[in-house]
Amino acid sequence: MSKFTLPVFPYAQDALEPHISKTTIEFHYGKHHQTYVDNLNKLIVGTEFENSNLEEIVMKSSGGIFNNAAQVWNHTFYWNCLSPKSPLKPEGKLLEAIEKEFGSFDQFKEKFTNAAVTLFGSGWAWLVKTPEGKLEIIQTSNAENPIRQEKTPLLVCDVWEHAYYIDKQNRRPAYLESFWNLVDWKKVEDRY
Amino acid sequence: MKNIFSFLFIILLVIPFSKIDAQSKGTEIKSTIQASKTIFELEKLPYSMDALEPFISKTTLEFHYGKHHQSYLNNLNKLIVGTEFENSNLEEIVLKSKGAIFNNAAQVWNHTFYWNGLSPKSTLKPQGQLLEAIEKEFGSFETFKEKFTNASLSLFGSGWAWLVKDKEGKLEIVQTSNAENPILQGKTPILVCDVWEHAYYIDQKNKRAAYVEAFWNLVDWKKAEENFRR
Ligand SMILES: [Fe+2]
Ligand SMILES: [Fe+2]
Repeated sequence: MSKFTLPVFPYAQDALEPHISKTTIEFHYGKHHQTYVDNLNKLIVGTEFENSNLEEIVMKSSGGIFNNAAQVWNHTFYWNCLSPKSPLKPEGKLLEAIEKEFGSFDQFKEKFTNAAVTLFGSGWAWLVKTPEGKLEIIQTSNAENPIRQEKTPLLVCDVWEHAYYIDKQNRRPAYLESFWNLVDWKKVEDRY
Repeated sequence: MKNIFSFLFIILLVIPFSKIDAQSKGTEIKSTIQASKTIFELEKLPYSMDALEPFISKTTLEFHYGKHHQSYLNNLNKLIVGTEFENSNLEEIVLKSKGAIFNNAAQVWNHTFYWNGLSPKSTLKPQGQLLEAIEKEFGSFETFKEKFTNASLSLFGSGWAWLVKDKEGKLEIVQTSNAENPILQGKTPILVCDVWEHAYYIDQKNKRAAYVEAFWNLVDWKKAEENFRR
């Protein structure tokens, strides 16, 4: 029987300051992410997903199980997109692909920011790679995840209000500005 | 220059003879201009910003009413310019629009309804016909509260929990996502609880359950009874 646990946070809880506060991490990682893990563990008991790994559950489940499984997956991925030592810009092949698809890195940033800011309600903004190897910016609502459309996530920004309310309240664009200071482009390049 | 003078001259000649006509036309034109500039304004709160404390803080109201509600309104005013909704009232827009116009219009409607459903002097329980209808539908007021609380807590993502009346007058608890509003299904809203995270994050952080508990101390049952009689 699988029992999911909260993955270890990849850096100190105050490492993302001043862009994302320790308090935000304490709630976002310590409460929200943890709750999704706890709910998932409860919900799969006695179901066909009892022995599945997380990705299988995300791909095949629906309803409450899907919501919690995908939120576990998405949050783990989100933390692994951030770093206190962001190089602020990608390099090499990923940079080339971004420039090819969006014109320039700045135009990419603008489009991604726009996707993140205009998503209505709770959800996520993603940079993904399609099965044809093309880059794409997409928005997903609530827990939805691009792997269900056979797309490979490269980068994500959580735009649920809980991701920024402690630090920025209603100002989602201010959170996006902070987010760009934290993107771990090395990891994004590896995924690409 | 010459053209302007002759134009003015003709106007001066025409005005006295068509005074009544011009006046009535003038009124028409004026009202058209006013209507084409429908500007929605933030409705005043029926209580002061700190009146809901300790259940909902003044800071929450400053953001929720002063920023979120205000932004939906500003967005709506911008978005309807040059569209078929320029002359519509809010309910028409909610019923007929889609996309961003719908999202902002419905959020304006929902928030106004939410604020008007709260009161610092809650009676904590309904009376009369509404209480009877609740008891008939849910067994008891306590069972209703439990079911409504559950609807508020289990809504995944952003949205609203509603007590509504259908066309036959039957009570029902419904959940809607994001800006969705039950009037689109021909239902009459009686009570609503905003469960977007912005509604409770300042006061309760991730604890939506604590917010819903606080909410029960603020329900304006007199308003809900009025909505039910409608
Ligand atoms: Fe989150
Ligand atoms: Fe709200």
